[in-house]
Amino acid sequence: MSEISMVVNGRSVSATVEDRTLLVHFLREHLGLTGTHVGCDTSQCGACVVHLDGKAVKSCSMLAAQASGSEVTTIEGLADGADLHPVQAAFREHHGLQCGFCTPGMIMAASDMIRRHPDGLDEKTVRAELEGNICRCTGYHNIVKAVLAASKSMAKGKGGKAKKAA
Amino acid sequence: MYSTTYHRPTTVADAVKLRKKAEDGQFVSGGMTLIPAMKTRLAAPSDLVDLRHVGELKGIKVSGKTVTIGAATTHAEVAESAKLRKVCPAICDLAAHIGDPHVRHMGTIGGSLANNDPSADYPAAMLALGATIVTDKRELAADKFFKGLFETALKDDEIVTAVTFTVPAKCGYAKFPNPASRYAMTGVFVAKTKDGVRAAVTGAGEDGVFRAREVEAALAKKFDASALEGVSVPSKDLMSDIHASAEYRANLVVVMAKRAVAAANAG
Repeated sequence: MSEISMVVNGRSVSATVEDRTLLVHFLREHLGLTGTHVGCDTSQCGACVVHLDGKAVKSCSMLAAQASGSEVTTIEGLADGADLHPVQAAFREHHGLQCGFCTPGMIMAASDMIRRHPDGLDEKTVRAELEGNICRCTGYHNIVKAVLAASKSMAKGKGGKAKKAA
Repeated sequence: MYSTTYHRPTTVADAVKLRKKAEDGQFVSGGMTLIPAMKTRLAAPSDLVDLRHVGELKGIKVSGKTVTIGAATTHAEVAESAKLRKVCPAICDLAAHIGDPHVRHMGTIGGSLANNDPSADYPAAMLALGATIVTDKRELAADKFFKGLFETALKDDEIVTAVTFTVPAKCGYAKFPNPASRYAMTGVFVAKTKDGVRAAVTGAGEDGVFRAREVEAALAKKFDASALEGVSVPSKDLMSDIHASAEYRANLVVVMAKRAVAAANAG
């Protein structure tokens, strides 16, 4: 057993868990944050993507103990109260989902992608960057549209126009 | 997953001590292979010694033509390094195509080399660049480091601390990713160094990464894709599986070598 502590969605949490506890199980079963999904459980589908110290990682492929001392953001931590995060809003606007199972991971992956491409995104880049997230309903078309729209609206929100991708 | 005990040292010396004390311990870096292997019970280490918090294993140094990459440097850090891109863009591009963005935030160069997956990208780069693999105990030439499928010259309690190589005149990498897993079904790294041309192949050899002498001989005459017209490599020691036959992979070696040379000459 290990004493672990981390900041999850801005809230300090600590617990005693078995060392083999996966981060995704800690989030879902210990903290009740069931927005993070377990899809394939073999680190391919990306339904479990969360941000660890600001970077997208697959929470089914790391131990909670490895994440101790870090800041974790899950899908529950993205919205600002009743205001959806721009990526969430874009997924709703462009219907970037059908069954919704992959959506939390898609949105966490998309917000990480937009952070890493402050000069804007194009369709080819979005499709390549979605390598680690599988959707079995949509054919990705509306997901890509949503990510592109969110990227644009977030660039505008910063007060600058989306620059041409370098 | 079977039960395990997690340790988090902050120095190499402490990591080695913890590993020596463990009954059947393993070092874990990004864990992108080891944790999934533990989940399926293909691996069951009694202890995990986490190297992600060992500061001395991190960072990229470029000094003239000499590049040193700390073992705990993630694929994303290598891909995004401006100073590395300036001298050797091929290694950044290679790192940018390992797994997916989330995997690249965790996986490390040292972990990839120590694991020596027969389809991993970095082993091909290290072998073609004639890199030196630095451990806490010694320095090993890449030619002596890779020993077969998931086998290296590393002792149980030995840690890869860094890799170092001299930037070649030209180098490039091309891989044919498996459409499902994105692992290299065949990947070729070519480098034109002052000592000659080296070409290393991953994803194809039954014994893991190897040098393609036929490709090297052709490119030594002329470092251009046209020099590989009509060149063939034997399929004898290549992998055959549900994804591709040995003969198909033999053909891919030449095709990827052509693309790698074209990339090297374009850069």
